[in-house]
Amino acid sequence: MLAVFPDSPGVELARTLDLSGYSWKGVATPELMGRLQPAEGWMGAVVCCDEDPEGGWAACRALRRLDRPVRRILVLVTGAHIGDLEIRENLFDDFLLSPFHPRELEARLRHLFYNELTAPSSSVVEHAGLRLNLETYQATFGGSPLDLTYMEYELLKYFVQNPGRVFSREVLLSEVWGYEYFGGARTVDVHVRRLRAKLGEEHAHLIETVRSVGYRFGSSKWSG
Amino acid sequence: MRDAQRDYVLRTVEERGIRLVRLWFTDVLGNLKSFAISPAEMENALNDGMSFDGSSIDGYGRVQEADVLALPDPNTFEVLPWVESKSAEARVFCDIAQLDGTPFEGDPRQVLRRNLDAARRQGFVFYVAPDIEYFYFAPGEHGGRPVPLDHGGFFDLTTTDITSSLRKETIRTLETMSIPVEYSFHEDSPSQHEIDLRHTDALTMADSVMTFRFVVKEIAAMRNVHATFMPKPLESVQGSGMHLHLSLFKGDTNAFHSEDDPYNLSDTAKSFMAGLLRHAGEIAAVTNQTVNSYKRLVPGFEAPVHVSWARNNRSGLIRVPVPKRGNEHATRIELRSPDPACNPYLAFSVILAAGLRGIEQGYELPMESDANLFEMGDAALTKLGIEQLPQSLNDALRTMESSTLVAEALGEHIFEWFLRNKRAEWRKYKTHVSQFEVDTYLRAL
Repeated sequence: MLAVFPDSPGVELARTLDLSGYSWKGVATPELMGRLQPAEGWMGAVVCCDEDPEGGWAACRALRRLDRPVRRILVLVTGAHIGDLEIRENLFDDFLLSPFHPRELEARLRHLFYNELTAPSSSVVEHAGLRLNLETYQATFGGSPLDLTYMEYELLKYFVQNPGRVFSREVLLSEVWGYEYFGGARTVDVHVRRLRAKLGEEHAHLIETVRSVGYRFGSSKWSG
Repeated sequence: MRDAQRDYVLRTVEERGIRLVRLWFTDVLGNLKSFAISPAEMENALNDGMSFDGSSIDGYGRVQEADVLALPDPNTFEVLPWVESKSAEARVFCDIAQLDGTPFEGDPRQVLRRNLDAARRQGFVFYVAPDIEYFYFAPGEHGGRPVPLDHGGFFDLTTTDITSSLRKETIRTLETMSIPVEYSFHEDSPSQHEIDLRHTDALTMADSVMTFRFVVKEIAAMRNVHATFMPKPLESVQGSGMHLHLSLFKGDTNAFHSEDDPYNLSDTAKSFMAGLLRHAGEIAAVTNQTVNSYKRLVPGFEAPVHVSWARNNRSGLIRVPVPKRGNEHATRIELRSPDPACNPYLAFSVILAAGLRGIEQGYELPMESDANLFEMGDAALTKLGIEQLPQSLNDALRTMESSTLVAEALGEHIFEWFLRNKRAEWRKYKTHVSQFEVDTYLRAL
């Protein structure tokens, strides 16, 4: 989940985030950054310093001071305020000139979260009661163990590490199975169906089918 | 990849306190075989395989070397859900290899792998979804007639009846063992049930069918009920089939689907069907491998008798189900002859081989026969060029004998052993004097 400041960002920003499959929450004031963060902490943040530079930088500071400090912050600044960046290197990880091109925003986000997508930063990942211990390969849901096959585990791990993002079957195959998969492209569907069954009826919706695209784990605003 | 899988299995054995790991494999007749190892041996088994004497397994025996290796397939490792956690057990399917590591020609799983590889070389992945029928009976004594547990009919709501609760528990167990269920219902006959599995690639599905039969029987046995996959246990009601929904995919594209055809069937699908029709007699002994199988394939019980196809004619060998609109992934064909007593690895192998032969040689699909073939006389059928499926195991074996297609698909070792074993079964049956004969002839003649 990404924090976005302020709570009603420009239409272009909201649209780009949604269409690239990020789930995000608008945060109205820097003070609310802690209270609104999800249980697993913010995955990152997009902070608009273009309209309200002061509020924006305060939001960045608040994000860095959380118990789980946010390590991936993208700030939007106008050309006139680009000098503000100079003394605040510690407060952001990448920046984007406003007005921006959606393709650039998308590319920067992808780059910013690249490590998040590939290398787990900790040995435990969690999402909505689901907990995966990456060292012991054990998965639990609401505290009780889930019995998974190896590939079910690997797929679930990938989903939990990338909540809110939409993945096509091809991407999941190459990222989770590598090139050694046996069952063909429909393998993804087979494994998603098995995971849903193992998560139980009430939680099966955690893995959502995105029509004619692929799958998304965890909720997104766009699906409404 | 392989290493990570291995680690996953070993860590799970440790973390979940697994006391026994059951190594599962299948004999040529399709019986599930198993031996258990302690967790301490698991690492060894994953690295080098476990050797055992194969000569006691049906169809494994060879002249010189009796020992073979069981190589666990780590991707099939599962904790068994019905065993209490205090004495937790897991199972893993094995491929059987010779001591030098080459695939053992008597192992049905390796046979299916070889046939799937052949399909993959042409870019195809073979998907299968079975509708499996079976009966629940009261335990009864050996040799006694089966006693049904209920008298429900098709789709009957028999909420209180024990067999429905058995079926529910079975489905729950299957789902926790990575076998998704699509539908389940009470079938036509008393005590008969059907569970439809969701499609997977053929190897996974063959494993799933083995697990399925085991789970159904195991859960029934816990309630002192006998579950059976015998194709025709009761004379006057419909028998148990295992209709197979089949499709070939190229990547994410359903190679059976075409927008231009009124039935949405591609040329690939039509040639595949033509292959199944032309070789139907040759593969019958494998898809219907018991004497009893041929008592199911008779007119009047929704089982196929004729080698024909139709969009919606349940008396045909192949049916083309109507997929939901716009779902091109669901375009498929349904082969209606196989029964649940077959060896799924071998049955899928010969079915695939017959279909692929049709594609390779560009077989022409015969005309659809949507008439009720049961009402037609032999002369009319001959005129239409419609043949019958083999009438008995003996018929089927004779047709199989001269089939190079089946010999290639099964490999010489299994082909020869299967024919030998099944001919012996037929001979034994032929000398049996049945109740029918005693009742009909003893006083009259």
